[in-house]
Amino acid sequence: MVKGGAAVPALELSDVSVTYGQTLAIANVDLSVPQGTLAAIVGPNGAGKSSLIRAVLGLTTAAGDVKVLGRQGAAGRQLIAYVPQRTSVDWDFPADVLDVVLMGLYRELRWWRRIGRDERDRAMRALAEVGMADLARRQVAQLSGGQQQRVFLARALVQDADVYLLDEPLTGVDAPSEAALMASLRNLVAVGRTVIAVHHDLSTLQAYFDWLALIDRKVIAAGPLAECLTVENLRSTYGKQLMAVPGGWAAAYA
Amino acid sequence: MPDVLALLGDPTVRTVGASAVLLGGAAGGLGVFAVLRRQSLLGDAMAHAALPGVVVGYLVSGERSTGPILAGALVSGLLAGLAALYLSRLPRIKSDAALGISLSLGFALGVVLLTRVQASAGGHQAGLEAYLFGQAAATLRSDLPWLAGAVVLCMATTLVAWRPAKLTTFDREYAAASHVRVRLVDALLTSVLAVTIVLGLRMVGVVLMSALVVAPAVAARQWSSSFVGMALGAAAIGAGSTLSGALISASMPGLATGPVTVVVASALAGVALLTSRLKPRRA
Repeated sequence: MVKGGAAVPALELSDVSVTYGQTLAIANVDLSVPQGTLAAIVGPNGAGKSSLIRAVLGLTTAAGDVKVLGRQGAAGRQLIAYVPQRTSVDWDFPADVLDVVLMGLYRELRWWRRIGRDERDRAMRALAEVGMADLARRQVAQLSGGQQQRVFLARALVQDADVYLLDEPLTGVDAPSEAALMASLRNLVAVGRTVIAVHHDLSTLQAYFDWLALIDRKVIAAGPLAECLTVENLRSTYGKQLMAVPGGWAAAYA
Repeated sequence: MPDVLALLGDPTVRTVGASAVLLGGAAGGLGVFAVLRRQSLLGDAMAHAALPGVVVGYLVSGERSTGPILAGALVSGLLAGLAALYLSRLPRIKSDAALGISLSLGFALGVVLLTRVQASAGGHQAGLEAYLFGQAAATLRSDLPWLAGAVVLCMATTLVAWRPAKLTTFDREYAAASHVRVRLVDALLTSVLAVTIVLGLRMVGVVLMSALVVAPAVAARQWSSSFVGMALGAAAIGAGSTLSGALISASMPGLATGPVTVVVASALAGVALLTSRLKPRRA
């Protein structure tokens, strides 16, 4: 783990903007996520949550500054493990679960190095962490959505990163998988890592997260969940969409 | 087939056999990337559009020498691939339509040029029509060393880039986020595929070359549960079908190599599909 002092934010965005052609996806975003938090990034469809993640990962050209544990550019991005949306890949691929988890180690293996027992042990530990050890030899084409998502998290876990960035990890996931995923994420935070997830379900925010950023092309509010999760903030973020938000937030927070 | 077995003693046939195994193996193995990356049609477009390059290479060099002809084929095949890529980035043109346009235009140009050359004096001596459907018997012993060299180079490139290529094929976003230079991987794989296709043109022909890239991968996917297994299986099926295509066509005068090869490869793919449907799915 990188020791940057507890005061250094895990993730710090200063004046970050992303534009696609003429369209402004996010504008002048300032955001500072402290270390050791389980943070949710929340906002309506088209609010620029994915653009924000892509800017942090360097997958899209962005104006402004991104620092990970105080480090800029590639040196900072090196400290992140990314968990993409499971629907972003074609799972009809000739590989078993262990193969996919081992992909998390490709970055540190030179091309001539064979994958050995050490690597396999690490991958198996990551699979055990997400409760998938017994499915290590299952073909990935035969997994359920929740199992796919757990495999993706395991692949990020073997990277042993400081910051975990997840894009909608709980979307379309069965209840046992959701519980397993959240348990793993809590374990990460317990050992001082930082977890930042794009999240869509307002009804589970309070139960799952301790830090919150509300985004709608710009930052509406950000901070500890207890301070940030107010009806007023939600209304400024979602506007008229608020009544249609899943999970019956109104009953919970009104 | 006693004829075929008797042929194996012949040095010419051994030359043909060796190049068939090399080419078929390379095309089959690399086809795994093309198929999993949904680039089958790109291979087809590059193969068809290589034809004008074949004729221009012949015209420029003034003789039927392999080097200039294959260089011309590589240039025009790659040009068609790039043209398709460019067209598909324009608004309102889908990538399959863009590839279709490049394929047909390139092939049409090739046929026009080929017909003109053949109509000219001595044109038939050129033997360029062999590039349409392939003629294994036309492989020269002197071609074998550099053919082998080129195939080895393609394989070595693929081996060095193996993990980034596999990762990019499965999960492009994650690969890019893990500092894989995905554009470089794309360019490498496409170049290696183009070179392999061009090398195979005389053996299998521009019209059917892409089937030798696609069919072995489709067959191998049915039987294999790992990426490396699929690649090895596809290479073996590609080598086997090209070898049998070359030997069968060499033993029957007038029979082009390409069609026989593709019939064998597709038959194997058919069997693979049937057997994988019949056997119970592994839990």
